[in-house]
Amino acid sequence: MLDFPRWKVLSIFGLLAVLMALAIPSFFPEDMTKGWPVHPRINLGLDLAGGSYLLLEADTSQLVTDRVNLMSDSVATAMRKAPQIDVGDITTDGGKVSFMLRNVAQLEEARQRLSEMTTGVGTTGQRNWDIQVVDATRFVITPTKAGIDEAIDSAMSGATEVVRRRIDSLGTREPTILRQGPTRIVVQVPGLQDPTALKALLGKTAKLEFKLVDTTADTAKLAVGQSPIGDQILPYPSAAGRGFPYVGYPQNKVPVIAVRRAAIITGQDLTDARVQNDSQTNAPVVAFQFNTEGGKRFARTTQENVNKPFAIILDGSVISAPNIEGPILGGSGVIQGGFTFQSANDLAIQLKSGALPVALKVIEERTVGPELGKDSIDAGIKASIIAVILVVVFMLVTYGRFGLYANYAVVINVLVIMGVLAVLNGTLTLPGIAGFVLTIGTAVDANVLINERIREERRRGRSVIQSVELGYKEASRTIFEANMTHAISGLVMLMLGSGPVKGFAVVLLIGIATSVFTAVTFTRMLVVFWLRKHRPQTINI
Amino acid sequence: MRLLKIVPDDTNIDFVRLRYWAFGLTTLLTIAAVALVFVHRLNMGVDFVGGIMIEEKFAVAPSMDKVRKVVDDLKVGEALLQQVGGPTTLSIRLPRPESDDPAATNQVVEKVKAALAQNFAGAQFSKQDAVTGKVSNELVWNGILAVVVAVLLIGLFAIFRFEWQFGISTVVAIVHDVLMTLGFFALTQFEFDLNIVAAVLTIIGYSINDKIVIDDRIRENMRRYRKMDMREIINLSVNETLPRTVMTSLTILLALFALLIFGGHVLRGFTAAMILGVFVGTYSSIYVSSSLLITLGLRAEPTPDKPGKPNAATGAERVGPGNN
Repeated sequence: MLDFPRWKVLSIFGLLAVLMALAIPSFFPEDMTKGWPVHPRINLGLDLAGGSYLLLEADTSQLVTDRVNLMSDSVATAMRKAPQIDVGDITTDGGKVSFMLRNVAQLEEARQRLSEMTTGVGTTGQRNWDIQVVDATRFVITPTKAGIDEAIDSAMSGATEVVRRRIDSLGTREPTILRQGPTRIVVQVPGLQDPTALKALLGKTAKLEFKLVDTTADTAKLAVGQSPIGDQILPYPSAAGRGFPYVGYPQNKVPVIAVRRAAIITGQDLTDARVQNDSQTNAPVVAFQFNTEGGKRFARTTQENVNKPFAIILDGSVISAPNIEGPILGGSGVIQGGFTFQSANDLAIQLKSGALPVALKVIEERTVGPELGKDSIDAGIKASIIAVILVVVFMLVTYGRFGLYANYAVVINVLVIMGVLAVLNGTLTLPGIAGFVLTIGTAVDANVLINERIREERRRGRSVIQSVELGYKEASRTIFEANMTHAISGLVMLMLGSGPVKGFAVVLLIGIATSVFTAVTFTRMLVVFWLRKHRPQTINI
Repeated sequence: MRLLKIVPDDTNIDFVRLRYWAFGLTTLLTIAAVALVFVHRLNMGVDFVGGIMIEEKFAVAPSMDKVRKVVDDLKVGEALLQQVGGPTTLSIRLPRPESDDPAATNQVVEKVKAALAQNFAGAQFSKQDAVTGKVSNELVWNGILAVVVAVLLIGLFAIFRFEWQFGISTVVAIVHDVLMTLGFFALTQFEFDLNIVAAVLTIIGYSINDKIVIDDRIRENMRRYRKMDMREIINLSVNETLPRTVMTSLTILLALFALLIFGGHVLRGFTAAMILGVFVGTYSSIYVSSSLLITLGLRAEPTPDKPGKPNAATGAERVGPGNN
């Protein structure tokens, strides 16, 4: 029992010292610790630091529909290539592309062209589309599950990047943007008191397209939603009352406009977008700059279409449809759309950071004001200190010297938990503070078990050293088992719990691991030191 | 220095004899708790039913009626007001707007904030939660799943480390603890939110901790006193571990009361649940799980090669050399 080799003593002290030292930077302001060689830090959760938490979910149904429509367009284009394959009756009904082959002799050629349009999905061995021929002449192209999942996955990766760029433009400190599951993104912005601006930025996909307007479309057909071939009909809300550009369009309906399906240019060709004031009206407008390639394309198209209108389309709705007065060669331009400064600024940010590949909805939102966060920290610290004092006094009056050793262990344990939390780059939440306080209460349980056992063994008439030895030995097994069950419930919380529950579980789990070490190994060492030095014949416990 | 001993040495309380009374009382209380949950319902927070919760701090304690009128005039749905922490802080619960559009939620919150700032000088927004029905459903199921998984895993652990009787009695006792906690929330109508799920899981962990310590001692005594009657072994074990049970409960309660009184209003429900859990857990350790072992027919396996101590059969012999 009294055998406690020097290397063991040194490693116990060394380990505890290192872990406690790791907690130190968290006590100082961040700016001060920047220059230190190592400065791990406990992050404060949003409930303590104040800030916003948003859970975004992708609207994948639109993505799936868009993908099928795109496939249908690509099929039409591929079949038109020379030598042309004559097809008819292309539909996208039921979420699949299907068309008829007019000449059966071209079946193999058509199949060849279609299969070139599909790709394999990862290592699954599946293609992203499934091609079938029914009734000898009808092709049915069905999106496979793997293909859809892949499309969603890549859209979500893109969306996460876009969200990050948009939020970075707000200039807030250290936002966290993480993908969660297949279709969700978690956004955490500390220190942000008003999430309105944030949500306004994320609420739009901001898909910008420039397309030529089809001025020849038949107004009556447009009114019933029939689009000319190669065109699409888009709403043009701001044209209400102006009738542009179709004379005789019903006044009581949302105005629409027919545009060419193929875009001249899209938001992907933008290199810059910012707010400006219009030189004549002084109204806010969004000025943009195309990249070289896009600029050239825009110049060529405008040159060929002087005196015809083109439409500026944002998220499938026409903002404006100005007339091309002359070739636009500079690769830049402005969008006028009756903006306020705020909405123009939001649009500029959205355009610059790119379109979201998929629309996002806010399905959960939590915001904590900085005042409440600060109150919570103060209250949490106060409660922790009082809890420590109460427990320490109680242990001291109950177990005397042995209580004192347990108390050293408790205080060290609190610092060690903080050190470990800092190294793991963990986040301290309000429930995490509750976890701290609870750990203070439960950590001494190990010492209670040991000390009660020593009392018992003394009553059974064993010698001091025997009692202490048996106390530690017998209690250790119980302590191990009791902590295992605690750890099981902690792990369940960590894996299945959300937000605040996780923060609590992390502290609890670290506390379980460290408290076994401090409460058993460390106090045993202290007891051994004392026994070796004084060789007491009797102990007060 | 004379040290404090809360539980006197060598207590010899016949817990086992009281077990039928305890079973009866426990059954009644558990049924009452379940009935309360069904009749009164839990006061579910927005975490679990969806909706909007705005917490506003006022410069001076506002009249609830005036706040209600200001919010009602906005026509954003029926508002539920509740004081939190003190008379100057109010939580305002609103139903989620019909539309799924995030802008709709935004508008409601903005309207309420603006109206309050206008009508009450110095009113300050301190917290806001908006949870959709989809998310709240998931949170409910995750919460239930977490509790069920934790109970089952711990039951399995107890069966694996001890005997099957320990597993069953432990699971019965935890289910009792969980139901009592739910009953408490139905009775007090404290808000039941995500934090409370954490509290319930911690109560489970704590309660098990207690039971494992007693079970461990029962197992040890079963080996030590092989001829002793099971009732006496259990009585002996519960009595032997009684000082530890009381001490640990007290230290945890000290820490929890510090948290309850000084920890701020956000954690109050959590702490209240934990405090109740400590009492319920300790009770169920002594009266439910241990006593249930007898009903489940736990008995020491006779091993002929190492007979028990002759004096062990009396059960009162606790002082004196052991059998090492």
